[in-house]
Amino acid sequence: MHPAYSVIFFTTASGLGYGLLALLGLYAAAGLIPADRWFGITGMAVALGLITFGLLSSTFHLGHPERAWRAVTQWRSSWLSREGLVALATYVPAVLFAAGWVLFGRTTGWWGILGVLAAIGAALTVYCTGMIYASLRAIPRWHNRWVVPNYLALALATGGVSFDALTRVFGLERPESALVVSIVLAASWLLKVIYWRDIDAAAPVSTSGSATGLGNFGDVRLLDPPHTQDNYLQREMGYRIARKHAAKLRRIAVILTFALPLALSLLLLTLPSIPALVAASLSALSCMAGVVVERWLFFAEAKHVVTLYYGACEV
Amino acid sequence: MTGLPTAPSEKRLGLVIDLDTCVGCHACAVNCKEWNTGGYHAPLTDERPYDTDPSGVWLNRIHTFEVGEGESGRLVHFPKSCLHCEDAPCVTVCPTGASYKRSEDGIVLVDEDMCIGCKLCSWACPYGAREYDQDAGVMKKCTLCIDRIYNENLDEIDRVPACVATCPASARHFGDLADPQSHVSRLVEARGGFDLMPEMETQPVNKYLPPRAKGGQAGGPGSDDKLMPAAGGFLAWLDRTLSD
Repeated sequence: MHPAYSVIFFTTASGLGYGLLALLGLYAAAGLIPADRWFGITGMAVALGLITFGLLSSTFHLGHPERAWRAVTQWRSSWLSREGLVALATYVPAVLFAAGWVLFGRTTGWWGILGVLAAIGAALTVYCTGMIYASLRAIPRWHNRWVVPNYLALALATGGVSFDALTRVFGLERPESALVVSIVLAASWLLKVIYWRDIDAAAPVSTSGSATGLGNFGDVRLLDPPHTQDNYLQREMGYRIARKHAAKLRRIAVILTFALPLALSLLLLTLPSIPALVAASLSALSCMAGVVVERWLFFAEAKHVVTLYYGACEV
Repeated sequence: MTGLPTAPSEKRLGLVIDLDTCVGCHACAVNCKEWNTGGYHAPLTDERPYDTDPSGVWLNRIHTFEVGEGESGRLVHFPKSCLHCEDAPCVTVCPTGASYKRSEDGIVLVDEDMCIGCKLCSWACPYGAREYDQDAGVMKKCTLCIDRIYNENLDEIDRVPACVATCPASARHFGDLADPQSHVSRLVEARGGFDLMPEMETQPVNKYLPPRAKGGQAGGPGSDDKLMPAAGGFLAWLDRTLSD
């Protein structure tokens, strides 16, 4: 699948934003971090800013962005529509919670309920994002039960490292925070490895034989494509990445997204505050860069069954 | 509404494509382009049509496959357009309701005025039946020539999809696949018509007819030997004499 930059930025930026929003909502609602005004302004601005930037960037690749409002109407059948609807609905508790925090210095009690609702909305939105991909049977590497857990875990991981770094900037860090982040990073690393193993070991779902229905006459090979030049289908669905590059990029993704942030987070447990701030910031930057590589690979490695009509033998 | 019709439609209009008789002339694709660039989906935009790398929207494309090896090998021309699936994934993924399946005849259509051009339907379709028109910013697809088949300004004989009307080999057949007595249903029955990628669980309406068994007499690999004279008679004597 063609890795469109707008979609990569949308899913990674909004993933981070929703992860951060969920943690801010839950931590503040539980009274585990004080209702510090400047921390509230910064944290909620980063979270809602990234979410908004992501949602806007996802409309850049539309043919008719001015009709984007129509996309919330088909929630009964479409995961994309559900995502849009839940994303918009999440703004309500999120903005009210931010207002309570920033304007009235209140994050617990009734205000806290709004924080919890914002966290639930964030989780549901990321769930819907994952389901957009997981519901597509024509792309077997996405139609996989590990896709949604990976989307949720990576949103929490990127949100987690950012949350940890932000709390340190304001000197509000929780003693257990680095440990929680380490556990989230380790879990999401494990989920990603399980996903990669699963798709690498999966038997082909369709073949050029099943795509043409001619499999029982023998081996089916494309002799002549329909046109002399690549068409929309090949450009959008036929994106290919060399296997050796994929292996290298997976290593880069693992190091940047999981290994380095995990090592830094464990190191944080022993560091005094200023070096800890530096380490936490590095960890957040590394994780964000890594998740962009991971998301690019998620697209580039996914094969669409339509390629069976354009020379692929099995998908 | 992107929900699929709750009950199966009374009619299931679709195509039956005969892979035995298709000669791979691309006339169906050309006539499809010609009709539809002035019809429901007008225009079917071409980009850089006179340049070295032309590209454009086509609702019907013909692929050519080699199948099998050696003497049992064959060449199969394979026309492909929208299969108007019963369980059409392109319809249910649509976030705006632009993509829909008609309850009266099962035709899958795109309402261009509601399409936002998110391309998700083209990702959901296993068959590559939907193409994005860069110029119009919307998705386009086979309409089963809805503006021909119900068009009372045309003679009744012409009220068939453009691809069917033009096929010089009669490899494309149009009809109601819900009616077991229709000529398309009887063709499917008689020739063992099949679905493409049944594992995608889309329940296509369009069916394909397999190539017939090969006669194996004329041409093909090893045919030189078959043209050798028989073992007896004048020709056998001539063969022996000339071989010395």
